[in-house]
Amino acid sequence: MCRPEVICAYPISPQTHIVENLSQLVKTGELAPCEFVNVESEFAAMSVAIGASATGARAYTATASQGLLYMVEALYNASGLGLPIVMTVANRAIGAPINIWNDHSDSMSQRDCGWIQLYAETNQEALDLHIQAFRLAEELSTPVMVCMDGFILTHAVERIDIPSQAQVDAFLEPFVPRQVLDPDAPISIGAMVGPEAFMEVKYLAHAKQMSALELIPEIATDFRQAFGRESGGLIRSYRSEDAETIIVALGSVLGTIQDTIDELREDGMKIGAVGITSFRPFPLEQLRAALAGAQRVVVVEKALAVGIGGIVSANVRMALTGIALHGYTVIAGLGGRPITKRSLRNLFLEAAEDALEPLTFLDMDWDIVNRELARMASSRRSGPHAENILRDSGPVAAGPV
Amino acid sequence: MFQVRIHGRGGQGVVTAAEMLSVAAFHEGRHAQAFPSFGSERTGAPVVAFCRIDDREIRIREPIMEPDALIVQDPTLLHQVDLFGGLHPEGFILINSAKSFDELGLGEFVAGFRHERLLTVPAGDLARAHTGRPVPNAALLGGFAALSGLISLDSLAQAIRERFAGEVGEGNVAAAQAAHAWVADELRELSGASAG
Repeated sequence: MCRPEVICAYPISPQTHIVENLSQLVKTGELAPCEFVNVESEFAAMSVAIGASATGARAYTATASQGLLYMVEALYNASGLGLPIVMTVANRAIGAPINIWNDHSDSMSQRDCGWIQLYAETNQEALDLHIQAFRLAEELSTPVMVCMDGFILTHAVERIDIPSQAQVDAFLEPFVPRQVLDPDAPISIGAMVGPEAFMEVKYLAHAKQMSALELIPEIATDFRQAFGRESGGLIRSYRSEDAETIIVALGSVLGTIQDTIDELREDGMKIGAVGITSFRPFPLEQLRAALAGAQRVVVVEKALAVGIGGIVSANVRMALTGIALHGYTVIAGLGGRPITKRSLRNLFLEAAEDALEPLTFLDMDWDIVNRELARMASSRRSGPHAENILRDSGPVAAGPV
Repeated sequence: MFQVRIHGRGGQGVVTAAEMLSVAAFHEGRHAQAFPSFGSERTGAPVVAFCRIDDREIRIREPIMEPDALIVQDPTLLHQVDLFGGLHPEGFILINSAKSFDELGLGEFVAGFRHERLLTVPAGDLARAHTGRPVPNAALLGGFAALSGLISLDSLAQAIRERFAGEVGEGNVAAAQAAHAWVADELRELSGASAG
């Protein structure tokens, strides 16, 4: 629909069917003149995207988790070179332990690599964000990753409105590169830059993201006018205007959070939510305005900064400097653990009483954790954590190995 | 909102069943959401898939823990996995089997539920008869349509044909129709028996 010219991707759960279906469309000619390039790894995928984009082709790829990590060097290359590649990240946990299920640790690990990061709340928004992403990327000449929760969104079948090709064409014009490798008008892209200019070149990526803080809402407004629905933007508030407790989150969990909020509102609780769609650039001003009136902010996030705690909450904190309110970090859903309305309801009720610890892990089985810590304390050869815990928690029968 | 949980094993089309159910509801102008609960994908491993149907937008994303209906594609799961967890007391159960609930060892268990909402149907056999393969998903959905009235056979047939082309689609539609008729007969008997 966005008329990509080069698609190059390496399969990884839970992104595989995206790429399989795209390759099928290329094969049937539906995407002509798009070229699908088979690559041997994610690092190769991003490298091919870089090469393609540098020659002026609209380039797209998709990955998740370990695949995103495998291409990290190339991610920084793409953003440093200012190439408007769009990539879907089907959010999935990072091993060890090996885990194919959803959380945000993959994209969060790359939050500072210079790519714009947009998080889709629904499959409709995932579709819409890709259309907006190409326009955003090409206007600024900077890469954009569209994050969508693995399995929860990628493998969900739900009702969406697919725009017509004509509608998309009217919204997304053909790619006009700001820089292009062309033998007829030769330039170089990718010069080495020493101390005399590195800071300035590097700053450009930041400058572009700062201008995206204005461009993203503009594109969302244009999108609403062209397609008739709200999609994208920097943040989205839900019943938060008069809320005393505001929940902040990214991605599909916002749907469950909204249902929970509706229930608690019926019980008279003044609670609302703010979803962050654009995580990079981080909308400091908009969040400050949306959260300043609350008594407390609860950030529910699907990633853990080992050694310190929350990632999103640390960023949200920056938006609240000088504002006195209670802030709570809740780490939830790591490795695909379902985030349930029931658990959220209890969590929000505790938050409203300010009965939460500053850092909470939702639905954590502390018995298992403490048992493993005790095992470590009691014996030097205490064994591998994952295997021990699996034996403890039952999926693997205990017995002679 | 109506919540359906489908249990089976990898290779039996459990995920496809949930998707076809959601598409059938979509064709009736309703909102629907279908998604799987994965383990590492392998043939034979227990698989659970979920389908929510509603007349308003479905925002919730958690696995279905309090289903209104259960569809069990593989009865060998019955005493191995907790299939019935959270089932609403007014809920529907449809099990792929030629045996009755009693014969399946569930006689005591079902005492607390509405007996006219609990049925077995030999979906695998019907599937084999109409498609040549004992993949019971389409047939079970046909039976479920008759049991619950949640979706019409027509919408289901449309969803099946969209998913499976040509002869395969037609065979699955025929299996669904056969299971639908089978369940409808059973329900008539049950209501006749209780009326008598």
